[in-house]
Amino acid sequence: MTRKQQRLGLLALGMAALGGATVLVLSAFNDNLVFFYSPSELKATAVAADRRVRIGGLVEANSLSRGADARSFSFRITDGADDVAVLYQGLLPDLFREGQGAVAEGKLRPDGIFAASSVLAKHDENYMPREVVDALKKSGHWQEGGAAGMAQKK
Amino acid sequence: MINWLANPARFMRLSAKAVPWCSWTAVLVLAVGLFWSLMVAPPDYQQGDTVRIMYVHVPAAWMALSVYLFVAVASAVALVWRHPLAEVAARAAAPIGAAFTFVCLATGSLWGRPMWGTWWVWDARLTSVLILFFLYLGYIALANAFDDPSRGGRAAAVLALVGVVNLPIIKFSVDWWNTLHQPASVMRIGGPRIDISMLAPLLIMALGFTLLFAVLLMVRMRTALNERRAMALRLNAGAIPAPRPGREPVVSANTVVP
Repeated sequence: MTRKQQRLGLLALGMAALGGATVLVLSAFNDNLVFFYSPSELKATAVAADRRVRIGGLVEANSLSRGADARSFSFRITDGADDVAVLYQGLLPDLFREGQGAVAEGKLRPDGIFAASSVLAKHDENYMPREVVDALKKSGHWQEGGAAGMAQKK
Repeated sequence: MINWLANPARFMRLSAKAVPWCSWTAVLVLAVGLFWSLMVAPPDYQQGDTVRIMYVHVPAAWMALSVYLFVAVASAVALVWRHPLAEVAARAAAPIGAAFTFVCLATGSLWGRPMWGTWWVWDARLTSVLILFFLYLGYIALANAFDDPSRGGRAAAVLALVGVVNLPIIKFSVDWWNTLHQPASVMRIGGPRIDISMLAPLLIMALGFTLLFAVLLMVRMRTALNERRAMALRLNAGAIPAPRPGREPVVSANTVVP
């Protein structure tokens, strides 16, 4: 075996070991690497009442209502299987609306309502000009982008 | 092929011809790409004109990943086959890749503020790209940390190879875990989810960024090789004492400066 082959073998061995170790570490930490829980995951895992968590999903259609002071909102976040009611006081991002993805951070109250301290909008992977959306809607091929993107994952 | 290209003298001859051609093509492609993406391309149905940040952000992200892969492959070639040009190429590419990664992070942050409602979140995609940026910085620091450049080059090459595990994590982070960052729109199973009127300028910009990388890489490699040659010439002429590892060059007290 020449020295080149030795070095090549050592390199391949090192990379394989490193790759294996990474796969093991990532699969061990899998549950802790999620940025947010979906509503059904939140109900399946017992979360301590005072722990801050994030929940993500679609803002359920016709669930958004505005409080008297125009700064408090209530809406429901759904993943298709389950949903959670959310209360929030503050400003909502531009992309936030019904049928779109959103991530709320806060605490789950004992009565099952999620008190959010911040709300982020989640963008989907679809990019298109308005005219294309109008044309799709006209021909009946339109699916609400966020719904397609997030429902497929679950 | 690699053997043929790995001759520094041949590389100097070929790159002297290639640099002007590539530079002008890069300028032209980037000019077309920028005009198309910033002026001509339609606003997005949800994001409006904010979508235009994507035309810089996405090509910068692609370059950040592919330049890192380039550094890693060149490092492997340098470690195993000891090709003289491979280490020069890896060292020359790393700061360019770090710059692309920084552009990706900065433009992403500017986009995230109006769209998501936050400058930064610690989700899997954003965090793994930040780690990529630190890997680049670590590579650059380590490559220059030794008095003996070849030792620094070898240590940095090992770091570059260890960091390769981060690349699939970045790419698939949006599929493996819940992230705030959206899933892939272009390189995904089932075809792009981006309208052709936006995909075309995006691909032009990606081509422009690639050409820009090629030009910067060749110029940096040429500079590094010229520097080496100048050092070798000075050593041969005996004008200055050879710098020895771990020691400052000794200048005799008797030396008369004309």
